[in-house]
This record gives sequence, structure tokens and C-alpha cells, in this order.
Amino acid sequence: MKILVCVKQVPDMESRFKPDGSGTWFEEADLAFRMNEYDEYAVEQAVQLKEQLGNEPEVTVLSIGPDRVNEAIKKALAMGCDRGAHIQDPAPQGKDPWQIASIITQFAQGEGFDLIFTGMQSQDRGSAQVGVLVAELLGFACATTLVGFAYADGVITAKRELEGGIKGIAKLRLPAVVTCQLGLNIPRYPTLPNIMKAKKKEILAIPVADLLKEEAVASTARFYPPARKGGGIVLEGDVGNLVEQLYGILKEKTTVLR
Amino acid sequence: MKALLVCEYREGKLLDSTYELLAFADRLGAEKAMFLIGSDSALPACSTTVYLADAAKHGEYNPDVHKKLVLDAAQRENADCIVFVHSSYGWDLAPRVAAALRAGQVSEIVGIVDGGYEVGCCNAKMRRTVVPKSGKAVLTIQAGAFSSSDTPQGTPRVERIDTADGASPMEFVGYEPAEKKDVDLTRAEVIVSAGRGVGKKDNIPTIEALAKALGGELGASRPVVDAGWVDHSHQVGTTGQSVSPKLYVACGISGAIQHLAGMKKSDFVVAINKDKDAPIGEVADVLVVADVMQFVPALTAKLQ
Ligand SMILES: Cc1cc2nc3c(=O)[nH]c(=O)nc-3n(C[C@H](O)[C@H](O)[C@H](O)COP(=O)(O)OP(=O)(O)OC[C@H]3O[C@@H](n4cnc5c(N)ncnc54)[C@H](O)[C@@H]3O)c2cc1C
Ligand SMILES: Nc1ncnc2c1ncn2[C@@H]1O[C@H](COP(=O)(O)O)[C@@H](O)[C@H]1O
Repeated sequence: MKILVCVKQVPDMESRFKPDGSGTWFEEADLAFRMNEYDEYAVEQAVQLKEQLGNEPEVTVLSIGPDRVNEAIKKALAMGCDRGAHIQDPAPQGKDPWQIASIITQFAQGEGFDLIFTGMQSQDRGSAQVGVLVAELLGFACATTLVGFAYADGVITAKRELEGGIKGIAKLRLPAVVTCQLGLNIPRYPTLPNIMKAKKKEILAIPVADLLKEEAVASTARFYPPARKGGGIVLEGDVGNLVEQLYGILKEKTTVLR
Repeated sequence: MKALLVCEYREGKLLDSTYELLAFADRLGAEKAMFLIGSDSALPACSTTVYLADAAKHGEYNPDVHKKLVLDAAQRENADCIVFVHSSYGWDLAPRVAAALRAGQVSEIVGIVDGGYEVGCCNAKMRRTVVPKSGKAVLTIQAGAFSSSDTPQGTPRVERIDTADGASPMEFVGYEPAEKKDVDLTRAEVIVSAGRGVGKKDNIPTIEALAKALGGELGASRPVVDAGWVDHSHQVGTTGQSVSPKLYVACGISGAIQHLAGMKKSDFVVAINKDKDAPIGEVADVLVVADVMQFVPALTAKLQ
């Protein structure tokens, strides 16, 4: 079995974001990057499946982006993926989900994967499109928002999360794409020996121009902070003072203090 | 502009989000037609055309077949945009339709702005204006972002649609009910919720102590539940409970839309967060910028 995992590197969401010079995306300077949270569940599930099948499957981890995305690839390799594919793109933010999906599809077509794991969405763009688009372009079965995954004899039993805590169960035949949701598993921390081992694993480097065949079908016109709805009070300063201030407000504005 | 609105139907019922689609189309000033894989006994109250396919035949979750039916209705209607709710049904089906049409998709729309659609990004901390560049567009709207105060009324004109092509590499097995709730947060007057910013499981009792001191219950954001720090029955949000206490205290919670959806009806919201820009600030009456593990014990001590 050949498995692909797609990971995106995104900024730490606790960062302060400000528009870049183009006004259509964030300024990258000063931001710390990490693996998209949903993609960590994807990597973990792929590695768990590999282990379940006696390490037979080969797991490739792919990321599209500038050189910094090698950090995310290396983390996935240290978690147990076998090889990396860095699709070199200095400006992936300028590509829409359709183009990102078509790049992944171009790469996948040459490789003959049976199963592809993606996150359900990226934390920075949050389009929740790329995984499903890849499945459609490849003609694979697809299920989104997995909180449960089981595999036996070419069939995946997927537990999808629906609203209000209800789950939907579906069976998919390979080849398939699944998109991973919070709570699917608990991603492992790479151990030091595995980090060392990962250094020896192969990372292909492919210029994005070799794989990009599609024009964008959507574009970002502007990136900006939300309008503050206002009304709220912001309290800052020494903890002791903050407690007094909040206590006063709660006494005045609510009926919960007796 | 003509919009085809894709309604949702689950466990034999039409979902209320249908009316959010109508509200969105009205805001857009679009001509409307609806699409439903459901039944004659659960039609939306509206006076538009409804393209109706039979859920008993085509299933409630069968995206490969539902895609074909949506495409058929979109073609018959010559729709310029096909609109879904950004829900487990919508985000699963919309990109399949977009791929078939090579149409640009804009996901989780929160507003309509000049020449494009406003969407959240960077965990709701920022916004983008997105413009579809294709002739036709696929849109998903954020649940709760568009609503109308009018009571829905009218009787739709039903156009039946069907397909003989039911081939799919996927088989829907069924639903699994939500976990039983042993804490009923919906009745609590005060809820103090722990988020990932609390740091670790050992810190949960500190948050619980504040809840006790205020005579309330402990709530939690999802990552805290997923990590096993707090039981699922305490989760607030779209996949947990929807609450409306007199006081909601969010401790180390960023304010993702799925969390806000469960608590924004609270009378008074206090957020404790070290990040002044955290989106929870948009719904908080008071945002205390502080380290939660320093502030919470101090507040609890003051209350005792
Ligand atoms: C389909 C779907 C359904 C979902 N359903 C739900 C749901 O029902 N409920 C839910 O909650 N989420 C749900 N989520 C997840 C949601 O998108 C967010 O990931 C989640 O709410 C984030 O939880 P959090 O705020 O605790 O963590 P984070 O987003 O990681 O935020 C942590 C916050 O703590 C602050 N912080 C960190 N350290 C400190 C400190 N020492 N002192 C003070 N502040 C600190 C940070 O500034 C940050 O704002 C769902 C997601 C999806 C895709
Ligand atoms: N630049 C990228 N490189 C690799 N995978 C990506 C990239 N962008 C998106 N993906 C994958 O597609 C998923 C959904 O992304 P999105 O459609 O942007 O929300 C992510 O969780 C990743 O698994």
C-alpha cells in the first residue's frame, strides 16, 4: 500500500497578524510556523495504519511552500513517515485551493497512492476544500471530518463528526482520501532517536512549476482585521488590580454575586 | 444573479439552516431556487421552486450521488451560484460540485462586501475578501451568520429530480447518537470554561474552584475535552452543548466560531486571555488580559 499525507505549515495562531505589502495576506516576518493542527492528526493516523499493517505501507509526506516547510516535513518524518516531498513554492498563499489541489493531484498521479490523508482544513486559510478537491480530481472515494478511522481488507470504516455530537458512519473502498478532524487521535511527540533517524530519510524537492497546470478560480482581494464590535471593556495591568476591577463590574452588571 | 440553495435533511427532518440560505440569497439580491434531497412531508416554507429528490432512494449522506443531483438542478436552473451551509454536509459536498464545474469556491462566508465575499481566516482573528473568478461560483455560508427575522412562509413549487446512476465507492452505514450528557449545562446560571490556555490537566481544578466559588458549573472547549482533561459532557460549542447562562467565563479560550456558536447567547461574558487580539474579545463584555493561572486563583480567593 502507498500512502500520502498532505501537511501545510501555518503560523502559530497565537501570533499577531498584520497585512503584508500586497494587502492580501499576512506579513510573515516575526511569525513562528508549525504544522497545521489538523494535519498532525492526518500524519498520526497514517503512521498508525502503517504500524497496523506490519510497516508494509510506504508513507510519503508532502508539503507545498517555501524552504521553511521542510521543518513540517521533518516533523512528520520523525513521527514515522518514510519519505518527504517538498513542492518548492515561494508564494503558495497566492494560489487558490483549486491550484493547491491540482498540484497535489499531479504529484499523486505519478506515484499511484492508494490512500491520502489531509487535514479537514488549514488553520490560516480554513477553506476545507483541498482534500475533497484532490479526491474529485483523482476520482477517489472521499469522506471528510473523521473522528474515527478503521481499516481492514481494502475498506475504511470512517466515523464522521456531524453537528450536535452525532456521528455518521460510512464505509469507503480504496483508493480514497480522508480528511482528519480534531479528536481523531492523539499525535505522538517525535522522540530524539526518531528525530535523528528522520535526518537520513529522503526529501524530494520538486519545483512547483513542474506540477502546476491550472489557473486560479478564486482570489483574495484583501486581508484585514475584523471590525471590532466594540462595547466590551479591556482590562490590563497588575493581577491584584484586575481582580478588584472585575469584581466591581460583576457586582454592578450581573446578579451572580451574592 | 440566480442562486441554487442546497437544503439539508437529516434523520427524516429538514434542518432550520435552510432559512439561513434564504436570508443569504436575499442579502445577495439573488433570484432563488432550492434543492432538497428529502421528502414531500418536510418541505421548506417558501414560495420558490424546490428541486426535490427522494432521500429514501438517494440516502441522507451519499455525496457521489448527491453531487450528480445538485449538478442536474443547477443546470436546469442555470444557476450562477450554488450555496451550501458550511456544515458537515455542506463542506463535504460543496467542493465536489465545485470540482465538477471547475468553479471557484468561497468557504464559510460571514458577509457580503463590495465585489466579493468576506470570510474569516487565521482562526477567526483576521478577515479576507474572496472573489470567485469563474463564471459560476460555489459558496458556503457560516452557520448563524445570516438570519432573517421574518417567519418563513409559503408553499414551494416542487420539481422532481432523480438519477438512475447510484454508483458510489462509499456506503453510508448509519448514525451514532451523541454521547449522553451527565451535566446539563443548559440550566447553569454561571459557567466557567477551561480552554487550551489553561495549559495542562493539573490546572483544571483551579478553574473548577472558580466555577464553585461563583456557584456554577465547569465548561470546556473542545481541545480540552479531546485531550481527556475534562469529560465530553462539559463541552460547549457546535459539537457540544449550547448554553445561555447569566455569566460565562472563558479561561484561556481563543474564541473559534464553533465555540462561540455554543455560548454567544450568554447574558454576560468575561474572557481571561493573555492575547489581547483573541477573537473571544468580539463577544466578551470584559476581556481581562492576564495569565489565566495567575488571575483565576486570585479571583477565586477574592470571592471566598
Ligand atoms: C467541525 C468542528 C467542530 C468543532 N466543535 C467545537 C466545539 O463544539 N467546541 C469547541 O470549543 N471547539 C470546537 N471546535 C474547535 C474549534 O475550532 C477550536 O479549535 C477550539 O474551540 C479552540 O479551543 P481553545 O480556544 O481552548 O484553544 P486555542 O484556540 O488553542 O486557544 C487557546 C487560547 O488560550 C490563550 N492562552 C494561552 N496561554 C494562556 C495563558 N497562560 N493565560 C491566558 N490565556 C492563555 C491563547 O491566547 C489562546 O487564545 C470545532 C472545530 C471544528 C472544525
Ligand atoms: N500548501 C499545502 N501543502 C500541503 N498540503 C496542503 C497545503 N494547503 C492545504 N493542504 C492540505 O489540505 C488541507 C485542507 O486545506 P484548506 O483547503 O486550505 O483548508 C490541509 O489540512 C492540508 O492537509
